[in-house]
Amino acid sequence: MDLINKILQKHCRNRTRLLAILKDIQNAEGFIPDEAIDKIARSLKLSRAEVEGVITFYHFLNPQKPGKYVVYLNNSITSEMAGKEEVARTFEKEAGCVFGQTSPDGLITLQETSCIGMNDQEPAAIINEVIFTRLTAEKVKKIVALMREGRSVQEMVEEFGDGANGHELVRAMLKNNIRKPGPVVFGDYNPGQALRKALEMTPEEVIEEVKKANLLGRGGAGFPTGLKWEFCRKEKSDEHYVVCNADEGEPGTFKDRVILTERPQMVFEGMAIAGYAVDAKLGLLYLRHEYTYLKNYLEYVLQKMREEGILGKNIAGKGFDFDIEIKMGAGAYVCGEESALIESAEGKRGEPRDRPPFPVQKGYLNQPTTVNNVETLAAATQIIIRGASWFRSMGTPVSAGTKVLSVSGDCEKPGIYEVEFGLTLKELLEMVGARDTLAVQVGGPSGNCISEAGFNRKICYSDLATGGSIIIFNKSRDLFAVVRNFLDFFIEESCGWCVPCRAGNVLLKKKFEKIISGKGTNQDLREIEAWGKIIKSTSRCGLGQTSPNPILTTLTNFRELYESRINREIDFIPEFDLGQAVAEACELTGRKFQEETDHV
Amino acid sequence: MSEVIKFSIDGKECQGRRGQTIYEAARENGIYIPILCHFEGLKPVGSCRICSVRVNGRWMAACTQPVTEGMVIENAVPEVEDYRKAIIEMLFVEGNHFCPACEKSGNCELQALAYRYQIMVPQFPYLFPKKDLEAFPRFLLEHNRCVQCRRCIRAIETKDGRKIFAMKNRSGKVRLNVDRKLAARMSEEQTRKAMDICPVGAILKKEVGFRVPIGKRKYDSKPIGSEIEEKSEEVKNE
Repeated sequence: MDLINKILQKHCRNRTRLLAILKDIQNAEGFIPDEAIDKIARSLKLSRAEVEGVITFYHFLNPQKPGKYVVYLNNSITSEMAGKEEVARTFEKEAGCVFGQTSPDGLITLQETSCIGMNDQEPAAIINEVIFTRLTAEKVKKIVALMREGRSVQEMVEEFGDGANGHELVRAMLKNNIRKPGPVVFGDYNPGQALRKALEMTPEEVIEEVKKANLLGRGGAGFPTGLKWEFCRKEKSDEHYVVCNADEGEPGTFKDRVILTERPQMVFEGMAIAGYAVDAKLGLLYLRHEYTYLKNYLEYVLQKMREEGILGKNIAGKGFDFDIEIKMGAGAYVCGEESALIESAEGKRGEPRDRPPFPVQKGYLNQPTTVNNVETLAAATQIIIRGASWFRSMGTPVSAGTKVLSVSGDCEKPGIYEVEFGLTLKELLEMVGARDTLAVQVGGPSGNCISEAGFNRKICYSDLATGGSIIIFNKSRDLFAVVRNFLDFFIEESCGWCVPCRAGNVLLKKKFEKIISGKGTNQDLREIEAWGKIIKSTSRCGLGQTSPNPILTTLTNFRELYESRINREIDFIPEFDLGQAVAEACELTGRKFQEETDHV
Repeated sequence: MSEVIKFSIDGKECQGRRGQTIYEAARENGIYIPILCHFEGLKPVGSCRICSVRVNGRWMAACTQPVTEGMVIENAVPEVEDYRKAIIEMLFVEGNHFCPACEKSGNCELQALAYRYQIMVPQFPYLFPKKDLEAFPRFLLEHNRCVQCRRCIRAIETKDGRKIFAMKNRSGKVRLNVDRKLAARMSEEQTRKAMDICPVGAILKKEVGFRVPIGKRKYDSKPIGSEIEEKSEEVKNE
């Protein structure tokens, strides 16, 4: 138990570091032992129930002792399309246990997990923090055999990916797949130049430049970045904070992973520029747990920046102090919502806050905080170097600049595309080599499922807004399987705080299954649409407000698919199947069930 | 602090003060906006969403949203009322609520809301979840009835500020979690408070039960919300 004390001490018994404390304990012990919970609670002056609340909120925290090897297999739709089922069955056969369990010999634990940001190289899994991509039955057999030999997981990685994936601190088999580098995020970049230039300007001038550039939030919501910084700066407070949201959890999004792999300094510089603009001394990079493999590398980049004098005290000799700390997530999609992210960064359950107050008023530790997406901060760096008018010369009048898209699904060249806003889906499909396309999911499950009729629509904030997720489905795909996967995702990832999202999404799925099973009527189509609207309207945060989109957008754009499944002859088919309900009793008693028909 | 704010609810001109929530300002104007998770004196958390209103076309929770100048609020209009009814029904189907067998019957806010909204049969299928009953030295926790309003979490703490009640898990698996050691040390008075503050029959104090006879229960003669609306009638009659 000395170890737990040591960990508590390292984190100064600080309540806001609870998540980090739990993760340190898990890293050391493989899980969070029961006696540790009491010790943490006592030490942080919390109740045991509060600590348990945090542990059970996050997907990657383990209160039970798992196997020596813990496999988290991605269950997103792109993984399914790439053969996840066979991979999963092979894991089960080789390990000798089903998903959700640990093998009898205690060696291997199998778990599924929501999208891990590797959609262009599926099926992918995380095994003890190491990423495995393009899994096949053969590879799984080999991996499990090596596990039985007791080999370290890192040893099982035979070949490293391109770029910084091969760096000695990363050593990941991941590929960047940058198919189309654009001029902003993947354009020419001279590290340190932007920050030095920003420090020659006043903070107000920096904000003005970003405002003039019309930089809108790249996470998908599209809030004007300059305005956010201005609001934050104007809040009177001793402390201000910059938070970089690297919790990209929207299924189909992986661009922040590639940006952080290849352009980390551009992002960190953007954070420092934001810090200068809003008068912050500390920036937090909230990195999703799935990207733990990047952490050491990112720490190394930060350290190098400190040594070069572009982070730390008196940056570039201009009297500006700013440093960056990495906060790790622990597996919760909802933490991509900025107020939930802040709660999580404070070591709590990642449950969104009510607004107002907005994070720019009361954010991290209740101080004014600007939360910006990875790509937004990278773009801000380039805007400071090259100017607002350069940035506005790209894209459309409303949506200036470029967007980094993560393209996956049915196409020849899945990967990263940095394109100017205003690109039509048709142009994009051509670019990525997609053929016989049935649908394009723009913006992930929370976005919009577009049919061929909408392929002339443009990727921009005034038409098809997206945080970067583009998933392509060709005509051989079953859209209902897609919708089902997305609905399951929202059910799993709802934080459970508010009723419409917690209960409504389960009910929506039930209704969906009724329709798909052929037991639906026109009445059911009307109801599922109405229920979707109720959930959208009354949910507390963006998760619930977008969770019915898989149903609502396919109902709009692929209505004929639903109509082909319903029974048009009758108005109503009951959910309850009496025959099925009494089937077991009938068998036991040897009687036959006969439906009454005389009352019809 | 007493800056006067003008706004309207369903066309009625109202006045409120800066710093009030829509719910509080409406109540002072004699207008009832239904609430379930909210409880006077506790920080609102907006978890049940029954107080949803439409403000200038946008949906908001009246218990958490501050009232501001010029707000045009839709409250007792068909679509808003329909949505609230749906949320009440969701609560019924995601739990296991058997009113006749429940000690809180007649004093239950969820039941009272169902009566007020004239719910006969929910439009949603029952989920019949498997939920447990937990026993503690001084009280029972009936998870089947818990609506996860978080009132007990907010109201019941130890002297040094630790939460005796907290939430566990996430998504549909969210449950109220009780700190066993701390619950064992709860006073008689604290336990009474926990039971009284619970809007439903989820927290039940042991030993004495069914204290209030049928006919004298909170909602036996008047529907929930009438105390606010009657105040408005009195003002009108004066």
